Amino acid sequence: MTALQDTSVQAPPRTASERLARFVSRSPTHIILGLIGLVWMVPTIGLLITSFRPSADMRSTGWWTVLVEPRFTTANYERVLAGEGMGEAFLNSIWITVPSTLLPLVVAAMAAFALAWVKFPFRDTIFLLIVAALMVPVQIGFIPLVTAMRESGVPLLTTYGGVWLAHTAYALPFGIFLLRNFFITLPKDLIEAARIDGASNLAIFRMIIVPLSVPAIAAYGIFQFLWVWNDLLMALVYTQRNELQPMTVEVTRLLGTYASEWSLLAAAAFVIMVVPLVVFISLQRFFVQGLLAGSVK
Amino acid sequence: MAVANPPAETTTVTTAKKPGGGFSWAALFFLGPAALLLLVFLVFPAIYTFVLSFNRGRGGEFTDWVGVDNYVRLFTEDPNFLRLGFPPSGALWNNVLWLIFYTSLCVLLGLIIAVMATRVRYEGIIKAIVFLPMAIAATAVAIIWRFVYFPDSDTGLVNALFGIFGAGPVAFLGSPDTVNWALIAVGVWGSVGFATVILSAAIKGISSEVLEAARVDGANETQIFWRVIVPMVSLPISVVAVTLIVNVIKLFDLIYVMTAGGPGAASRVIAFSMYQEAFPAGQFGYGAAIAVIMLLLLIPVMIFNVRRFRAEAVQQ
Repeated sequence: MTALQDTSVQAPPRTASERLARFVSRSPTHIILGLIGLVWMVPTIGLLITSFRPSADMRSTGWWTVLVEPRFTTANYERVLAGEGMGEAFLNSIWITVPSTLLPLVVAAMAAFALAWVKFPFRDTIFLLIVAALMVPVQIGFIPLVTAMRESGVPLLTTYGGVWLAHTAYALPFGIFLLRNFFITLPKDLIEAARIDGASNLAIFRMIIVPLSVPAIAAYGIFQFLWVWNDLLMALVYTQRNELQPMTVEVTRLLGTYASEWSLLAAAAFVIMVVPLVVFISLQRFFVQGLLAGSVK
Repeated sequence: MAVANPPAETTTVTTAKKPGGGFSWAALFFLGPAALLLLVFLVFPAIYTFVLSFNRGRGGEFTDWVGVDNYVRLFTEDPNFLRLGFPPSGALWNNVLWLIFYTSLCVLLGLIIAVMATRVRYEGIIKAIVFLPMAIAATAVAIIWRFVYFPDSDTGLVNALFGIFGAGPVAFLGSPDTVNWALIAVGVWGSVGFATVILSAAIKGISSEVLEAARVDGANETQIFWRVIVPMVSLPISVVAVTLIVNVIKLFDLIYVMTAGGPGAASRVIAFSMYQEAFPAGQFGYGAAIAVIMLLLLIPVMIFNVRRFRAEAVQQ
């Protein structure tokens, strides 16, 4: 894993002076990485601190003054969740995200299985079309789909139906691509043996493919969950009633109303961030795997 | 980890054996739901959007067929989309700025962080810190940075730092001269983690003998970086760069929340223009034309990806 590290570490330093010499020779690296760490941490920490500061303090002094006069409150969170609709929007985000994660998981896994292990004409061509579809922007569907949903009389824009279906469809190319590439690495002998024993395709899919592919399916599930949770554009286009809209849309409304109420906006931003942060910190390994495998999305 | 493995470009054998078997009910059952959704939400809409881009489509009424007029207007009469002058401006030009600066800065910083991080014990921590913005919503990133850029030295961190040096508060997002650079900086902040993680995995694949040989031959660390590491990870670099280019073409959330394309239309990008013209402005035909342009811009990337995976798909 650490091919590069091995060469630069060479022999471990034995005495204190050797260790000091090595530290000094590396100090430009430490300084630059330290600065990078600061630039990547401080903006988020500043907003986190602001979300816990009384709004009167926020208006008069910068968040960095908490170092000298620490005063904290949870009032901003109470106000933003109860009074400003972020509580309901949080539930809407869950309502949008959970089906929009589970549906593509099932549909993509099935399609990926067919593309990996069922023989049929034009299979490779279909897979290459899926690879091409990875790049199709969601914008290509907006105008015909919104027009059709409005005119068909089917209540898709005034319920979650439209946003669920749209998220599912646009998640499929990536999901099929990722899962198919994982499924083809499963042992061929195992699947052939099951076929000889008379197992149906459905049985092979349920008993062999899915149980052996939990890491890949989990990686895709986490990726898709965060994708939908963090999405703003699809929600703006496919949910056209305020009561349905997720936090990402709600917070843009708050930005319009309270352009400089930073303690309130900071709390709202952290309500959006808390779920991805928990997912990221607890499931980082899966998340990075999904990203590495799917870096073409 | 498709990324770290160079694709076997040279073995594009289209004559390899086709998967046998005729029509299969099982294939229809497993592929059916996905095929239906992709046809209804991707294939038909793409064709239909192309057709509608030749209509005025005002307020969603498609009665007024205007030929290529939408495209002509976009490229010649709409300074918010493209104004060729000196300096050029408009959404398409802003995408060019993003393409050049966001992509190259992300790759360069990502490489530097990846190389430097391999030499310290806190490698995992620094990579996680830089990667964290990838996990959170662009909407939240936008709020974080609207706060950092806020033009008041008692609120916005950047202006507080400027204040220390006696510089007056600057409205970074409020001036056409600074807004795109301020936004690109945020974009880089948000995406460097992606470049770092992918390139770090690739750099670890370089054999230590190669680096050792370079050191024995008297190369210094800068030479090793530019002459050994960069050429040896050129394929992952191109994959990362392509992904970042796609990000630029699809860029929307960050712009919508940070500036709404403003001041005026100074920070618009094409994905923002597509939304703005179609929905708030109700010009469906015009929006459709922009969506078609977005798709056309992405076609080279599609070809790049299909070529990468064709060999693999056929061999299997």
